[in-house]
Amino acid sequence: MLKIENLHARVEDAEILHGVDLVVPAGEVHAIMGPNGAGKSTLSYVLAGRDGYEATQGCALLDGEDLLGLEPESRAAKGVFLSFQYPVEIPGVPTLTFLRLALNAQRKARGEAEVSSPEFLKLVRAKAAALKIDPDMLKRPVNVGFSGGEKKRLETLQMMVLEPRFAILDETDSGLDIDALRIVSEGVNALRAADRSMLVITHYQRLLDYIRPDRVHVLVDGRIVDSGGPELAHELEARGYDRYGKAA
Amino acid sequence: MSDAKSLDVKDGIERETVDAVRGLEADKYKYGFTTAVEQEFAPKGLNADTVRYISQKKGEPDWMLEWRLGAFERWLTMQEPDWAMVKYPPIDYQDAHYYAAPKEKAKVKSLDEIDPEILETYKKLGIPLREQEVLLGVEGAPKVAVDAVFDSVSVVTTFKDELAKAGVIFCSMSEAIREHPELVRKYLGSVVPVSDNFFATLNSAVFSDGSFVYVPPGVRCPMELSTYFRMNASGTGQFERTLIIVDKGGYVSYLEGCTAPMRDENQLHAAVVELVALEDAEIKYSTVQNWWPGDAEGRGGIYNFVTKRGDCRGARAKISWTQVETGSAVTWKYPSCILRGDDSVGEFYSIAVTNGRQQADTGTKMIHLGRNTRSRIISKGIAAGRSQNTYRGLVSAHAKATNARNFTQCDSLLIGAKCGAHTVPYVEAKTPSATFEHEATTTRLSDDQIFYLRQRGIPEEEAVALLVNGFVREVLQHLPMEFAVEAQKLVAVSLEGSVG
Repeated sequence: MLKIENLHARVEDAEILHGVDLVVPAGEVHAIMGPNGAGKSTLSYVLAGRDGYEATQGCALLDGEDLLGLEPESRAAKGVFLSFQYPVEIPGVPTLTFLRLALNAQRKARGEAEVSSPEFLKLVRAKAAALKIDPDMLKRPVNVGFSGGEKKRLETLQMMVLEPRFAILDETDSGLDIDALRIVSEGVNALRAADRSMLVITHYQRLLDYIRPDRVHVLVDGRIVDSGGPELAHELEARGYDRYGKAA
Repeated sequence: MSDAKSLDVKDGIERETVDAVRGLEADKYKYGFTTAVEQEFAPKGLNADTVRYISQKKGEPDWMLEWRLGAFERWLTMQEPDWAMVKYPPIDYQDAHYYAAPKEKAKVKSLDEIDPEILETYKKLGIPLREQEVLLGVEGAPKVAVDAVFDSVSVVTTFKDELAKAGVIFCSMSEAIREHPELVRKYLGSVVPVSDNFFATLNSAVFSDGSFVYVPPGVRCPMELSTYFRMNASGTGQFERTLIIVDKGGYVSYLEGCTAPMRDENQLHAAVVELVALEDAEIKYSTVQNWWPGDAEGRGGIYNFVTKRGDCRGARAKISWTQVETGSAVTWKYPSCILRGDDSVGEFYSIAVTNGRQQADTGTKMIHLGRNTRSRIISKGIAAGRSQNTYRGLVSAHAKATNARNFTQCDSLLIGAKCGAHTVPYVEAKTPSATFEHEATTTRLSDDQIFYLRQRGIPEEEAVALLVNGFVREVLQHLPMEFAVEAQKLVAVSLEGSVG
């Protein structure tokens, strides 16, 4: 499970997170909602270890181990997965090659045996079919020329293949039409498991109709200002964030 | 299962690249060693007597000596070119040996008779001459003929018999001058004239050795031809001379790979390669060049001033250059095609990597003379460290070259903030029917991409190798498979330590 305590973080000279406390128990899906500029994406980058997003105080424990001192690839090997809001294009690198390299890099870091080609292909094909991903798409370079929906489906496929302990879904609904949203959500829901927790970052309540969170947290101005059950998302949708003292 | 296989191959390449990068940490330039072999030098300096010495050492006929002396006379009147975007201290042409050969015991009949030191050198370089002979016996194994050049003299030539059966002549230039004077006299200097440029003229006067290939009409050369060049004598300039002629309807694929031992002083290399493709003939010429680039401060390293040119002398001839240039302190190289025959085709695929203080000014010339001639240029330049990487290319269409077409794509990738990438395209069309297209991009290795890959568990070093390999993949695909693996390693190895 993930436990964040008093997390302060800055980007360049500006402090963006002013003491975030959050616990996501194993098996649960929590949502983080908040207005633009609240620090939602900063939180996801700090947890994933992006350069330039510096944690200055506090800790973020995954199964009791502090992630904050680790390299991004080490965090990944320990089971941290970030589904990007804007997945990056990698020209010239076939998606299958990338996926297999990632899986085996993580397995190697954990001291597990690498997956052979036939095994890997079988695994990927089965999961791709569930997401209605055309096998030909996997031969194309990563995200190059993919539509918004294809990119998000590929993010979900990566999550299914890498099977993380803790997944952050950053604005997964952006750029998705309603059919793609349903497919991606089904993929995410299929990954819900007793030993896996997820943090769903979203601007809108819409996504949470498909991925039902156990808890909803409101992030405003770098702090968690409110927490509640799934019904909190509906309230926010109706009333906005004004009552937390910050315009949406 | 074919998918699984191709995936294995691709992943194999990625992994090899990564392993190569890792292996380098302990051993920055693993080809930087020298071999203690007795050598025979020409006296230092360059004059007509030096030219006579070389010609005599090689037992050349009078016509060859006259040709060399003519070139030397011409060279004395010429100026070193200064238009390239490269800087280096003045070269003292009198302060170098112009000939070095391992002392020969006797003519060799098999590899067993070769100096074990030389075989050991090749072993270190990963060139398994013996294994290749074994491979020959294996059905379906790729066949590669190696005309190994140790410094300046060919010492081993394998697979000659098999080639002879096909009627293909593949031998050292010295041997060709002795055994096939009619072909040499007809074609030598016919693509790169003696007076072409300062370095080519110098080469014409003092060339030591190189490879000669003749493919008779209608013959498809039964194997890839490969030559490994290697410099091994301190202060020895190396002047390779290569001539490849493919007669009507013939085909050959020629591979050239180079490494050089680490040295403190600069070494001049001025090779000349001439290709002649007659009617319906095709030549594929691939190069992987990894000579010592000098140290991080820019000391030492090879000066690589090369003239490579192909002539599509008949209709529908095709010449394709593929080069991976990762080494040398200074590179000055423009493999070119003269598209003389109607409907002839020229191609240039290039990867040029510079790091440290390396300087590369490289590109191509596509000279459209015939009707309906087509050319294609794909250039990928990668600059890191404090290096300068320039693409310089000329595309021209003569008045008679109706419907000439060219497509040029020049992409540059910058790693770090202290390097430079430059694109200098020259375009001349003297016929209104010519269609020339030019696309150019310059990008920086992006933090977004590196973070994305690392977030998926791929360590930073591997992430950079993967991104760079992705950038150059389009060109690597034009290399024969065994070369693609080596080239991919070299690219990653050359960029070691350039990020972070």
